[in-house]
Amino acid sequence: MKTFEHSDDSVVVIIGSGAGGGTLANELAQKGIDVVTLEAGKRESSESFLNDEWKSFSQLAWLDPRSTSGSWRVARDFPGLPAWICKTVGGSTTHWAGASLRFQDHEFRAKTEYGDVIGANLLDWPLTLNDLEPYYARAEYKMGVTRTNGIPGLPGNNNYKIMDAGARKLGYTKVHTGNMAINSRPRHGRASCMQLGFCFQGCKSGAKWSTLYTEIPAAEQTDHFELRTGCQAARIEHDDTGRATAVVYFDENGDEQRQSARAVAVAGNSLESPRLLLMSDSSMFPDGLSNRSGQVGRNYMRHMTGSVYAAFDEPVHMYRGTTMAGIIQDESVHDPKRGFVGGYEMETLALGLPFMAAFLDPGAWGEDFTWMMDRYANLAGMWLVGEDMPRADNRISLNTDLKDAHGLPVVNVHFDDHDNDIAMREHAFTQGEAVYRAAGATRTFRTPPYPSTHNLGTNRMSADADDGVCDANGQSHDIPNLYISDGSQFTTGGAENPTLTIVALAIRQADHIARQMIRKAV
Amino acid sequence: MTSTTMRPVIPLHTVAELTDRAIGAGSDQDGSDQHRSAVAPGGMPALTRRSFLKGTAILSGSLATGTLLATLAPSRSWAAEMATFDDREARVLLRLTQVIFPHENMPEAINALAVKGLDTAATGDDAETDSAVAIAFREGIVALDEAANGDWLAADADAQLAAVQSITDTELFLTVRGSCITSLYDNDLAYAHFGYEGEAFNKGGYVFRGFDDLAWLPDPPADASPPVQ
Repeated sequence: MKTFEHSDDSVVVIIGSGAGGGTLANELAQKGIDVVTLEAGKRESSESFLNDEWKSFSQLAWLDPRSTSGSWRVARDFPGLPAWICKTVGGSTTHWAGASLRFQDHEFRAKTEYGDVIGANLLDWPLTLNDLEPYYARAEYKMGVTRTNGIPGLPGNNNYKIMDAGARKLGYTKVHTGNMAINSRPRHGRASCMQLGFCFQGCKSGAKWSTLYTEIPAAEQTDHFELRTGCQAARIEHDDTGRATAVVYFDENGDEQRQSARAVAVAGNSLESPRLLLMSDSSMFPDGLSNRSGQVGRNYMRHMTGSVYAAFDEPVHMYRGTTMAGIIQDESVHDPKRGFVGGYEMETLALGLPFMAAFLDPGAWGEDFTWMMDRYANLAGMWLVGEDMPRADNRISLNTDLKDAHGLPVVNVHFDDHDNDIAMREHAFTQGEAVYRAAGATRTFRTPPYPSTHNLGTNRMSADADDGVCDANGQSHDIPNLYISDGSQFTTGGAENPTLTIVALAIRQADHIARQMIRKAV
Repeated sequence: MTSTTMRPVIPLHTVAELTDRAIGAGSDQDGSDQHRSAVAPGGMPALTRRSFLKGTAILSGSLATGTLLATLAPSRSWAAEMATFDDREARVLLRLTQVIFPHENMPEAINALAVKGLDTAATGDDAETDSAVAIAFREGIVALDEAANGDWLAADADAQLAAVQSITDTELFLTVRGSCITSLYDNDLAYAHFGYEGEAFNKGGYVFRGFDDLAWLPDPPADASPPVQ
């Protein structure tokens, strides 16, 4: 692999190797632009992934301390685990389920379409579905999304069959095995899906797209990419003109290093990215780098989520096969007659026995809990994922009372549900239960949101520099050569799983950065 | 499930083997005759030399005939040895896991695994001094007994549950409930009991092993759920 000198200020330094950072790195490297990627985690592989929920969690998840506050239940049940995301090469693309949905047109205009929602900080995106469409197409091709590019849909597992039957009985029509970045046939040198049931634990067959074994190796094959693992970014430095000049980081030995940079792209996911900007405060940027708007860390969204599990008289073995290849899209529309703005998707979901015990009803005990667990083999499950409201005080901030192993202040995640989130969740729970009862369930169970797997909005895009952190290209409003390249860019969350949009934005941003470099604007 | 998937979590000795070894064990270090009663209701074996060692107890039992576990296990008899809890404490903890998680027909071997985990957590570095965890557990057991007219183990099921409901703020309850989430449900005995098949890659996944074998509902339309390619 190519290596660069620490003093080489011609490189683009990217923090994070996941959906955003990994894609950006490869897209730039393919254009002949030199990239150094700093990844906090280690490099695993399909060979080292583990078909074991708790062991895999220890292997891939971000386990460094974080704290929580606010009225959300996660703060009570999992005070040190606000998010289930990754610290590993490939980031959360190792752990994700593969659901790859485009945002809907109206979702880019959430403020205009939904109106003034009191207690929410809604804003229109500074770009449209039209702007993003060519990049969605490139992302779907890159990732091999089923039902695009001639790629057949995946076959439905038992869990899907139940959801399908119940959904159709209720009159839902947009029901299928999903748009999944999981090979239904061998493609691009990767195998076809084996229906392993351990999608969340890293795909051991490689059928599920992950930057770990696609973008990163492709970038390495150019002479323009260096990946440094075990490297935790601590600070972005800038000069007195306000240009980013270097990234200070702790290497795998815990020693402080400095990598010079022509440009810096932040792609550490929506908790670490604002943390890094906040830790990069200076006399010129007393509230944090690129934070003249005060929006860094704010507007944290985690999607309205919850799950419904249902017990049947016959075995289901829901854990057999893909974790999430199944969807009902009928409720993803914006229909305020339901009592809330925005919509939600209903997606199949299964947990293994160990995680079912941990997440079905955190803190629960007694007969209600054991009744469901005793019927584990007869359970079906779905996950509800919908648009939650951005709120100024739902935010990532630095917890200066708590330091990590490097002596850096940890992230605190503060969250309170908005009334719209609560109303949407109630509707979604009710509909999910109705689907399962229509399929013959004897009992249904409402499971609260897990530690957040979708984390968005904390360095949001805005047309106006007062309202957000970056522009339609993810370029910082304040720092001309600083980019936001992960889901923290999202102005609003939409109803859809975020990864496809993150990848599309990264492809688009790479084109933009290349143009900027040719013009010597960066 | 083949034996390669059964990770040995507790040693499944025969009860006789264990008793023999206990009798033949090396001399007791301090010569103390301070011991806990080794004879429990239900016919646990009378332990001799072993019972003179501080804090030692053994939970043991048999897997019920005709159960899946009994067919899979190397031996129907099982035993789990304690390093810190005495005999009564171990039995209280085992029963406590059953009251907190009142499963239909959960083999006691799985609860014993959980108690073994608690014993390990309570075992301090110093054999002479109780660890803070052990102290908290013993205080919690005292509270349980007090809430059940002095002997929680002797109380009926309703009284046992009521007593547990009165101690849900204690470290004993919180620790037992929390640790059971992994110790009761993340082991091969539990997988077999609840019907979870565990590791899949080495068996080729489920694409040819029943991922879509559900036959009691109509199949989805082909455009919604295409066939395996």
